[in-house]
Amino acid sequence: MSTIAVPEIAAQPIPERRGRRLPYVSLAIVATFVLAGVLAPLLSPSDPLEQALRLKFRPPVWEERGTWANPLGTDRLGRDMLSRMLWGSRVSLAAGVLTVLLASAFGAAVGLVAGYYGGRVDAALMRVTDATLSFPVILLALILAVTVGPSFGNVVIAIAVILWARYARVIRGQVLTLMELDFIAQARIAGAGAWRIITRHLVPNTLNTLVVLVTLQIGYVIIVEASLSFLGAGIPPPTPAWGSMIAEGREFVTSAWWVSFFPGLAILLVVLAFNLLGDWLRDTLDPKLRQL
Amino acid sequence: MIRFVVVRLLQSLVALAILTIVVFILARATGDPLHMILPMSATEEDYANARAYLGLDKPYVHQYLSFVGKAVTGDFGNSIRARKPVVELLQERLPNSLKLALFAMIVSLGLAFPLGVMAAVKKDTAIDRIAQIVAVLGQSLPTFWVAIILVEVVAGRLQWLPAGGITGFSSYVLPGFTLGWFVVAGMMRLLRSGMLEVLDSEYVKLARVKGVVEHRVIWLHALKNALIPVVTFAGIYFAILVTTAIVVETVFAWPGLGRLAYDGITSRDFPVIQAVVLTTAAIVAAVNLCVDCLYAFIDPRIRYAR
Repeated sequence: MSTIAVPEIAAQPIPERRGRRLPYVSLAIVATFVLAGVLAPLLSPSDPLEQALRLKFRPPVWEERGTWANPLGTDRLGRDMLSRMLWGSRVSLAAGVLTVLLASAFGAAVGLVAGYYGGRVDAALMRVTDATLSFPVILLALILAVTVGPSFGNVVIAIAVILWARYARVIRGQVLTLMELDFIAQARIAGAGAWRIITRHLVPNTLNTLVVLVTLQIGYVIIVEASLSFLGAGIPPPTPAWGSMIAEGREFVTSAWWVSFFPGLAILLVVLAFNLLGDWLRDTLDPKLRQL
Repeated sequence: MIRFVVVRLLQSLVALAILTIVVFILARATGDPLHMILPMSATEEDYANARAYLGLDKPYVHQYLSFVGKAVTGDFGNSIRARKPVVELLQERLPNSLKLALFAMIVSLGLAFPLGVMAAVKKDTAIDRIAQIVAVLGQSLPTFWVAIILVEVVAGRLQWLPAGGITGFSSYVLPGFTLGWFVVAGMMRLLRSGMLEVLDSEYVKLARVKGVVEHRVIWLHALKNALIPVVTFAGIYFAILVTTAIVVETVFAWPGLGRLAYDGITSRDFPVIQAVVLTTAAIVAAVNLCVDCLYAFIDPRIRYAR
């Protein structure tokens, strides 16, 4: 019989897993597009930038006049749609992931500092956060596009500069609750400094929330990036980005529906998969998190 | 309450001031504007004269102040493309955008309220499932793609509604629904989770015990408190609406601010972009201010928290 009462972790009630079974379909979709993006140079049947004006507006293979040379048809300049779709998933996913990583790192840092120090620091940081939250992303991107010129980097920056605020808000809220708990006070008494408490105690305890938010936001960022590219303020042509591909096909929807249709379908699938994945992660890891 | 409003007003003004600084710096960072105005054959002397004429030889602080002073009085310069004052363009386009936004707001409120409330009341039934699907799709469908497909199918192949422009009420339907759809999803989600929380609370139980009719419990007692998170996010929704509107107006050839911005980008018309950005930002800031005041009015805890 042991005499020391050790608080057993296993003895705590295991939080009820509201999460349904693993979202296999979403995972499969995300995995497919990630693979398509990573392996684009190997998988794509032809060069996504190579023009062949003689072959322009070839329909997909199952339509009349379609050939296996261009399974998803060709666009206005005779470029192979399938190859452009594959390269496009690389561009879109890279933009999404990069933006979200930048924004979440900065936002989480702001949230941690605001929540840890509280008081004036908190008030000041939260004011900036609120102001940022209510600023339309697209306006900043428009200014950048017209002044500095549209580019991959500018899109990432424009979105990240606005997006971080959401992370800051949520993480700060979490830190505020954590700061009330005994283990932080104990760490303090043990002589831990701000850096140690933040990195060793606060960060691990906010990680679940961060993972959920990141997943939910990747989809949103992909849509924003596509909208910007569609408007000509995003990733400039001839780089194959799904948004600009839709824009290029827009005038020819009646005669060549596939040019706009496939990139849109790809966006829909990827974003849907990321959102369902995020929902599942939230239900499993962090049921209390309210989603915007 | 008055103190709260004044403080919030000052904060909005500071935010706008910061934006004007960003716009000002970016406008200067991209090179000498004279290169675009003067012909290739211009001499050093021409440059000096033009610089003095446009006030570009003055200190930056001076230039900035005169830029802000002009912007406040509505002088944004001339559009490079349309060759007329930007203000005239704004006066022409802004009402159209506001009308469309209002219609979209009515559509999304009209859909989000019944769906969100009923999804919470009849949790785990067919209607809840439909609401969830609407919510997930609303956040996953790229607006501009939906818009293009709607134009092609509903306006093009079926010829039911006009494809673009403003020609009476029927032209509001497609852009209005496309624009409202995205907002419905988020708002409905918030309402549903808010209602679920509130319906479980003591005071709702008390109302039921007292014998209040069920529909009054739901639509009066519960909804009032479930609305608080929705009001909190109203400002953010408006920002999303503005963003989406630019895309929707572009596809439906809607003669509004968004379309103006799009044309501005494609022709690198900087005065127009600058004016659209500042006007939109001012409207967004004003809406946010109203939302915050409304919020403080509904929920007294906010007023006294600071």
